[in-house]
Amino acid sequence: MIYHNEVLDALSGVRDPELDEPITDLDFVSALEIDGDSVLVRLRLPTYFCAPNFAYLMVADAQAAALSVPGVERATIFLDDHYASEEINGGVNERRGFDGAFPEKTAGPDLEGLRTTFRRKSFVSRQEQLCRTLRAEGRPAEELANMRLEDLPPSEEFETYLARRAELGLDVSAEAPLIVDPDGNRVPEEAVVQHLRFAKTVRVSIEGNASLCRGLLSTRYGIPEREEKTA
Amino acid sequence: MYEKDGEKYFVVDEHIHFWDASPENTTNKYGEGFIKCFYDYHKNLSPEEYVWSLEKYRKYSEEDMMHDLFEVGHVDVGIFQSTYLSDFYNTGFNTLERNSVLKDKYPDKFIVNGSFDPRFEQKGLEAFERQIQEHSLKGVKLYTAEWNGDSHGWELDDEWSLKHLDKCVEHGVKNIHVHKGPTIWPLNKDSFDVADVDRVASMYPELNFIVEHVGLPRLEDFCWIGTQEPNVYGGLAVAMPFIHAKPRYFAQIIGELLYWIGEDRILFASDYALWQPKWLVEKFVDFQYPGDPEFDDYAEITPDIKRKILGLNAAKLYDLRVPDELQLVTVGEDTGFDVTEKPATER
Repeated sequence: MIYHNEVLDALSGVRDPELDEPITDLDFVSALEIDGDSVLVRLRLPTYFCAPNFAYLMVADAQAAALSVPGVERATIFLDDHYASEEINGGVNERRGFDGAFPEKTAGPDLEGLRTTFRRKSFVSRQEQLCRTLRAEGRPAEELANMRLEDLPPSEEFETYLARRAELGLDVSAEAPLIVDPDGNRVPEEAVVQHLRFAKTVRVSIEGNASLCRGLLSTRYGIPEREEKTA
Repeated sequence: MYEKDGEKYFVVDEHIHFWDASPENTTNKYGEGFIKCFYDYHKNLSPEEYVWSLEKYRKYSEEDMMHDLFEVGHVDVGIFQSTYLSDFYNTGFNTLERNSVLKDKYPDKFIVNGSFDPRFEQKGLEAFERQIQEHSLKGVKLYTAEWNGDSHGWELDDEWSLKHLDKCVEHGVKNIHVHKGPTIWPLNKDSFDVADVDRVASMYPELNFIVEHVGLPRLEDFCWIGTQEPNVYGGLAVAMPFIHAKPRYFAQIIGELLYWIGEDRILFASDYALWQPKWLVEKFVDFQYPGDPEFDDYAEITPDIKRKILGLNAAKLYDLRVPDELQLVTVGEDTGFDVTEKPATER
């Protein structure tokens, strides 16, 4: 017996790569049906023309997440109301891959490069969020530049930062420096203020896009707008 | 012209449309999807009293436009950004030809920008040159995500695009408005990437590149380019309406833009009929940052900065005559970011 909660829980591990939030929080999951060992998930997006590459990633990731639930043998994912629904759904459910879904329209077999670009942005944004809190508590940026991961008390922001950092394959051991760039290089004390200043722009951009997308989704489907978390 | 609390503002709306997305003119489900997507933007971000019916939104009249822009909207000059979308709409969405009818009727109120699509190669280049001469163009609007048969987009430094840009230089078409959209080839790359703007801005220092929607949803990439290329500008279409529906986000965007690219390279736009200039202008003149620490590193937006953004910056790009009483109150003051301070860690 497979429970709704288990599948939803697995789906909450799927993020919109661009907005850096779970598809379940964004209200992108519109339906979930379980029939024996088969799962059907329906997804929806804020606009008809949302970037098809990110849409594809979410559909593919949702399938992998559903299949990760013990007992699930088949997982079919349908993206509704998108100009490329047919290509994306076919590509994922018939396992043709991204380049099979969009022949002639892609210059590479998969989307890993794109995914990495956005993981770097998410990492930078989460770092800024954490450092903003620490600075508000009275630690100057220069002090942060000399801290190690083990110097920090546990918090939700810190956990998220570590998770994004680990996704990029960067060092998350206790003695590693707190502030590194997306390539893992320690940011020196004299550069840390400007580093965090640009990181803020990245965070503003991601948060703003997420906020807009929530609004558009609510207008498109006539549903209440989900509450957003802001720094 | 708008006046409030003794301050006067010359208003140039640098991004307007006179579109026809009526059911009769809509070719296919993509055209249908496109206008409905636009309508959701309109409905989601407008104050309730400014929301139109979908029917009116698909095709509005000349009277609507003249009323909303010039009778009540405080606009002095509006700039048409012609957008064809010929694969979606039978006679095009918002074409140079359609916009020119209004320009001919009200020559002092409108500027019409043309457009080119490098995928038509030599034939397109010849047509573009005729278009420049016929309409005395000073600017073009380029929509790099436009569909054309099997192609879902192009880049500004494609071979034939460069040939068109050469023509722009030759004929003094100096303002290149660029709209990045979500369906560019190749699909495995970020489709909102503005890196090609960076490349052509360096190649053509004599041209001005106005990135529409300030690069949204890639504000950070746009700011980065803006700090390095002095001929890159940001148009506020789509960013402006956040001032009502998402005021915090608007404050962050404008704060970031002023911090990175400075007050001389930001241009007001309503994107009419997506939104109406009346409420945008009024709310912008009243605008102040929220009073919490998130906004501490942003400098105050003075009436002079608002004057530049609302009209004086665009007036300079298009050589518009601005009455003396609407010029800056304080001459010679400047903000903006010192480019050399930019960190090089993110790319």
